[in-house]
Amino acid sequence: MSAPDTRSPLLSVRGLVKHFPIKKGLFGKTSGQVRAVDGVSFDVMAGETLGLVGESGCGKSTTGRMILRLIEPTAGTVEFDGINLVSLDARAMRALRRKIQVIFQDPFSSLNPRMTVGAIVREGLTIHKIAEGAAADARVRQLLDEVGLRAEYMSRYPHEFSGGQRQRIGIARALAVEPTFIVCDEPVSALDVSVQAQVINLMQDLQRDRGLAYLFIAHDLSVVEHIADRVAVMYLGKIVELASSEDLYREPLMPYTQALLSAVPVADPTVKKTRVVLHGDVPSPANPPSGCVFHPRCQHPAKDAACAEIVPPLEEKAPNHWAACIKQTPTGVEWGVQQAAGGTKRPERYLPVLAPTD
Amino acid sequence: MAEPLLRVRDLRTYFYTENGVARAVDGVSFEIGAGETVGLVGESGCGKSVTALSLLRLIRPPGRIEPNSEIHFDGKNLVSVDEGFMRSVRGARISMVFQEPMTALNPVFTIGDQIAEVVCVHHGGSKKEAWDRAVQMLETVGIASPAQRAHEYPHQMSGGMRQRVVIAMALVMNPALVIADEPTTALDVTIQAQILELLRELQQKFGTSILLITHDLGVVAESASRVIVMYGGEIVEEAPVIELFATAHHPYTEGLLNAMPQVGQQRDRLATIPGSVPPPTAWPQGCRFHDRCAYAWERCATEHPPLYQIGAGHVSRCHLAEEPERRAASAEQRSA
Repeated sequence: MSAPDTRSPLLSVRGLVKHFPIKKGLFGKTSGQVRAVDGVSFDVMAGETLGLVGESGCGKSTTGRMILRLIEPTAGTVEFDGINLVSLDARAMRALRRKIQVIFQDPFSSLNPRMTVGAIVREGLTIHKIAEGAAADARVRQLLDEVGLRAEYMSRYPHEFSGGQRQRIGIARALAVEPTFIVCDEPVSALDVSVQAQVINLMQDLQRDRGLAYLFIAHDLSVVEHIADRVAVMYLGKIVELASSEDLYREPLMPYTQALLSAVPVADPTVKKTRVVLHGDVPSPANPPSGCVFHPRCQHPAKDAACAEIVPPLEEKAPNHWAACIKQTPTGVEWGVQQAAGGTKRPERYLPVLAPTD
Repeated sequence: MAEPLLRVRDLRTYFYTENGVARAVDGVSFEIGAGETVGLVGESGCGKSVTALSLLRLIRPPGRIEPNSEIHFDGKNLVSVDEGFMRSVRGARISMVFQEPMTALNPVFTIGDQIAEVVCVHHGGSKKEAWDRAVQMLETVGIASPAQRAHEYPHQMSGGMRQRVVIAMALVMNPALVIADEPTTALDVTIQAQILELLRELQQKFGTSILLITHDLGVVAESASRVIVMYGGEIVEEAPVIELFATAHHPYTEGLLNAMPQVGQQRDRLATIPGSVPPPTAWPQGCRFHDRCAYAWERCATEHPPLYQIGAGHVSRCHLAEEPERRAASAEQRSA
């Protein structure tokens, strides 16, 4: 690994929160809050891919949408190139969307069925006044070529294409305005394995050629390991672990990440792996557990009453490896503090056997 | 050898659409033994789900199972039995677990009612007995406080819970064969691990055979003892699970294995299979995979390959079986 990165980040998210009100009764009185995202902070460097993983309902997509301001955050800041996006008015935000683009999961519903492929890709060029007329046509042709589609496809409609081809159209549309940062929300999860590989390779090529930064949101851990430089794991609206892809998959520290990784099926029938099977379901984000949100399902041997009391800070447990667990050493939450909160078991380093690497 | 539980011979299910005849399943033959788990893998449009629906004769017009197809089960050919007999098979002797646990359950009945209904239809007896059986089954599939939860509606449960209910419903009559069509695809990975574990436990307990349909080779590797790979409405490879993952023969199987990123195996670039699955109304001439295949030569475009025997219980629909030297030559050519 190289020396600590001293460049300033391209995107810097701090304390991002989204609470959705739960409304009840005739007058829509607010009776509670769904804490979809509950204080999330991270940076994305230029040209880097940050993976954001977690199970359904953990808040990963909401986080992505808040960065794009498709959902307004309840609190927190999103700084892009030194500008706080949260405080921008609609006009300024629209101008900035030239730099920040998005690729959606569903290639069937994210393309307007009444527009030709050419018009879909061209729309951004027109809105941002980048090119018009013949110049715009030439640009669209070039973009389609870059994502591996034939230029003749310009005059066709989305329904004429397969899922993989539609995802390529979505990528061409995102690239048209020459962004530096793309939020990719489950871009390959609707695709078959062989087509998924084509799209992943394409995204990696484009990143290399154009120096793009990606926030890659996905639930498929093997895809994220493949594409991401660093990975953030979310659970119930919080980031519980953040590390380089290599470190996170080799030595996950947060017990939730350990369980998540060990649940991934291994495509090798000769491997008999030790599996941490989690019991129960993810609790409702409308009523998250106290203390560490993962404590009711946690398998850490030192888990005790303190885990239900103390909200674990995201701490640097190893160089550039952050995890939120007061029982995983080292921790800044001192033993005395844990005892005062009802703790009976001292923190210890817990590393259950995980998928063998070959 | 004992007669297998299920023996499918030359199954053809065609759909007579306005755009021509879609040969979704086109001459599929396989067997499932008692207590065995067989994985059926392939990408969207390869015919795996239509194969499953055909086994239960759940094909609606314009689709139909062609008359010369054979599905031997319990000493009968299910293709030619009457609908009344089929009804006594479905849910009782062969049952199905669908992918989407929300749509597989009726939203306006409690889950207890829905499981009890299966018992009443097939077994008769009093409503009370059927209800008790339903509660007992909910307990078997690991639902806490089953007596209370039986009174709940599907929308009150999480995805993982609903899939447990669907499994309870599929197993309540103790069927000989369960067809699980992508049973974990809609679930998160930790819930998937729970459900696969549950299926394994129940299989050991009841000795049920399972036909596990999935696109996820990881799921197959962990659960199945034998794997069937489909492409273009046909079986292209079949092998014991360890052999398939160690020495896949068919280029399509090889492509699938290489295209899949795996935890713990960093690779710079994923291998890809160019193009996409052709529509079932127009399978290519010759080998149906030849236009996407890295090894294809002239013969592949004209001559439809049979299933060649590769090893014990291992067959592959690829001419490389007769001309193995072409595989090495082609690999050399590409690296040069």
